[in-house]
Amino acid sequence: MTQTAKPSVQHPGLKPNKLGLTRRDYEGSQSTLCAGCGHDSITAAIIQAFFELDMPPHRVAKLSGIGCSSKTPTYFLSDAHGFNSLHGRMPSIATGANAANGTLSYIGISGDGDSLSIGFGQFSHAIRRNVNMLYMLENNGVYGLTKGQFSASADVGSKAKRGEANQMRPIDPASTALALGASFVARSFSGDKKQLLPLIKAGLTHRGFALVDVISPCVTFNDHEGSTKSYAHTRDHGHKVVETDFVPLLHEIQAEQNRESATAVTMHDGSVVRFKSVAEDYDPTDRDAAYAHLKKLQSCGEVATGLLFIDPTSMDLHEFENTVDESLVGLPFDQLCPGSAVLDDLQSRWR
Amino acid sequence: MDRDSRDRTNDLVVKVATVNGTGSASANGMLMQAIFRMGVPVSGKNVFPSNIQGLPTWYEIRVNKNGHTARSPNFDLMVAMNPKTYGQDIKEVCSGGAVLYDSSWPLDDALMRDDVTYLGVPLSHMCVENFKGARERILMKNIAYVGAVAALLTIDLDVIQAMFTEKFGSKPHLIDSNDAAIRLGYDYAIEHFDCPLPTRLEPMDANRDSVLMTGNMAAALGCVYAGATVGAWYPITPATSVMDSFRGLCEKLRKDPETGKNRYCIIQAEDELAAIGMVLGAGWMGARAFTPTSGAGISLMNEFLGLAYYAEIPAVIFDVQRTGPSTGMPTRTQQGDFFTLAFASHGDTKHVLIFPADPGECFTFAVQAFDLAERFQTPVFVASDLDIGMNDWVCDKLEWDDAYVPDRGKVLSAEDLQKMDAFYRYLDSDGDGVAARSLPGVDPKGAYFTRGSGHDRYGRYTEDGELYQDVVDRVARKIEGAAEALPPPEIRLVDNASIGLVTVGGCRGAVLEAVDLLAEEGIALDYLRVTGFPFASAVEEFLLSHDVNIVVEQNRDGQMKRLLMLETAVLKSKLASVLDYGGSPLSATVVAQGVRDRLSMMTVQAG
Repeated sequence: MTQTAKPSVQHPGLKPNKLGLTRRDYEGSQSTLCAGCGHDSITAAIIQAFFELDMPPHRVAKLSGIGCSSKTPTYFLSDAHGFNSLHGRMPSIATGANAANGTLSYIGISGDGDSLSIGFGQFSHAIRRNVNMLYMLENNGVYGLTKGQFSASADVGSKAKRGEANQMRPIDPASTALALGASFVARSFSGDKKQLLPLIKAGLTHRGFALVDVISPCVTFNDHEGSTKSYAHTRDHGHKVVETDFVPLLHEIQAEQNRESATAVTMHDGSVVRFKSVAEDYDPTDRDAAYAHLKKLQSCGEVATGLLFIDPTSMDLHEFENTVDESLVGLPFDQLCPGSAVLDDLQSRWR
Repeated sequence: MDRDSRDRTNDLVVKVATVNGTGSASANGMLMQAIFRMGVPVSGKNVFPSNIQGLPTWYEIRVNKNGHTARSPNFDLMVAMNPKTYGQDIKEVCSGGAVLYDSSWPLDDALMRDDVTYLGVPLSHMCVENFKGARERILMKNIAYVGAVAALLTIDLDVIQAMFTEKFGSKPHLIDSNDAAIRLGYDYAIEHFDCPLPTRLEPMDANRDSVLMTGNMAAALGCVYAGATVGAWYPITPATSVMDSFRGLCEKLRKDPETGKNRYCIIQAEDELAAIGMVLGAGWMGARAFTPTSGAGISLMNEFLGLAYYAEIPAVIFDVQRTGPSTGMPTRTQQGDFFTLAFASHGDTKHVLIFPADPGECFTFAVQAFDLAERFQTPVFVASDLDIGMNDWVCDKLEWDDAYVPDRGKVLSAEDLQKMDAFYRYLDSDGDGVAARSLPGVDPKGAYFTRGSGHDRYGRYTEDGELYQDVVDRVARKIEGAAEALPPPEIRLVDNASIGLVTVGGCRGAVLEAVDLLAEEGIALDYLRVTGFPFASAVEEFLLSHDVNIVVEQNRDGQMKRLLMLETAVLKSKLASVLDYGGSPLSATVVAQGVRDRLSMMTVQAG
């Protein structure tokens, strides 16, 4: 376990954000994952992202399914309501919660077992409905809590700890999401916080379903030689597509400095995400090109990372359903119950 | 079956046999509605296949001046419009009854009975002569047989013609063709037969304060009036029309008048697992949320129901029961889900169930279900069935008390939370088994972690046996505490009855009629209708105060009887069953005969 003792006294040097909160106010309880787990790095990036975005922690709902990754919402934002739901069923809980109250920010944490096997259906349909949430898929190619079975994202030839090689083709969440019409698809590596942080921030600000597939090596069951989701393998084979520099609206000046070689996409809340293409001709708003690029790299055994695709104009669940702007939870009862006169009127026709 | 020679005015059963997808359903509904408008107690039961077009379908109309409108299989008039089922249909007619058929083609000699009257009307020929196009000819044939039945039973044509005007107001040519068709059948019958039949109708004034309504529409209306804002579902017969109706009502009643936007959100889920997941997400967030489904959907929802029970999340589930197991007979009624509902999901669970008997109760129980779900922070099941849900029932006009305030249970506001030293989600501070909850987004102090894994009273993850038991024991107390808050059981006592007749849900009408029938034979019965689970103390008291209790229900295994055995102090030897589970709505004939059989068996055993 990661046993870093946390002093209760805050460091005087911790800088507060716009809400007057420090990074510490965005943390949760201590992680109980294995020391060196990629998921803990992702948690650290999530904490940093919420802090930097000046989001009030209690206006966030954090949800997860079951598995190692799904344990992590306890490790960030202790002032936010959390829901550690059922294996593979987090998307439906998030969908219903979001339908009821679209005014909160939603973050869902899932893993490859949770999303690509038992929960593949719910994962796909949350994409289809474009539920407004950041969906972190902490992808290690292995079932950790049950001690090392292959998951559906395990690569062909990837070896399990006991030596047997996986022969079935993997399900790639990024290309699946693209094919399903996802409005935001990104991929990163838990060991590359510099790339991951702006992607998380962009995903949180995107209106619609934002998938961030994070290759997150399992130090215990999938970080050995022969594993294609080990630290070493991902570092050697990762291939950045787009460098993302997320700039909230209020930091416009800083954004100006980076404009030269960036593709700017205006997010729904007015903030701007700038994409610096590593590949000169890469356009993150071209779904077909994104798909082709993913496949091309995949066939060379390389992992495309960065912001792969974004459609900032897509309609989300609430727009599909034409719901009122405010939370349905807060609507006064007299706006919901039509009263006795209407009941009489309705029934006058049921004769 | 022989019918006696009593006065048969306003006491008759008509069965219409047709082919589905030919428009006969609306013609039959019209026939039933016309009788309703004559002020006569009536019911209509649609017996339909799991199919869209081309298979046999039936519609049964029972008229009874005394208000006994449970299904009756004693058919006085068979409107036999489907040659493929002539054999079965003609066999089912009561001795002394009549068969109305399409005499455009002759009836096979083998179908002839000498104890029924055959009334041939050349419907197809007449419609070919009078109407153009295959579709119109088929549709108008239905209206023409309604005309003939109107003549045979004395239904006022003005009543039917008024319905055409209401229905086709904007399309005068349809009014004209329907008028012509009804006349064809009516005039032919008047001219060729001795109209009316001995089984005939006469206007009454029994329906002044009544409406025609399905249970699913009533349930949907209850959801609107209770303030439900999120509905998630997966289409399934016979529950689909709950959500269809909810949508229809919301489109009229739940739009923001200024923006035109919806004050509701309906999501058609990818399956029932997701549907209940969405309901729980919304309930967790603080919305009143529901899902309508049937047994097959309940099976899929089991996993989430355990989570809702243990994490204590309000939800309302309408289980419109159909025959199981598995796919069963999707368009036939049953009460086969009591077991699976009562203890849904793995581990120790127990759920709150309420059992409406008719559409009126579907409305009131739906509203109560949302109050109960929030008060007890648990899923509440409204268990109706296909007969209640999908058939049009004559019910007392629904009433609404404008002073109603939703019971949100213990929900803490930001002010409440600020006043507290600390908030612990599963801490029962006043000993009633219910712990206060906080809603997401309200206040940082209310934050907690909802989980289906082991937790202690403070909401913290635990693998400690004592701390785990502390919570599950409280949840058990909480659910037991709900028993007296559910709709009270319906009890009717007579003098000197040592036998109790116990039933549940939609069996009500048939059982009460059987009580009357048996009273005429000198068999005195006290009556109990169970309306909720866990059982109220009045249920146990009733059972213990009778020498024997006969439980009437619509499943093979006597599920309600067994629940009573498990959950009350009544002895197994003091319980007997009358079971009917072939998929038809229950009839008093079946109940009365079942009771007679049980009683004679007991006499034999006692002797």
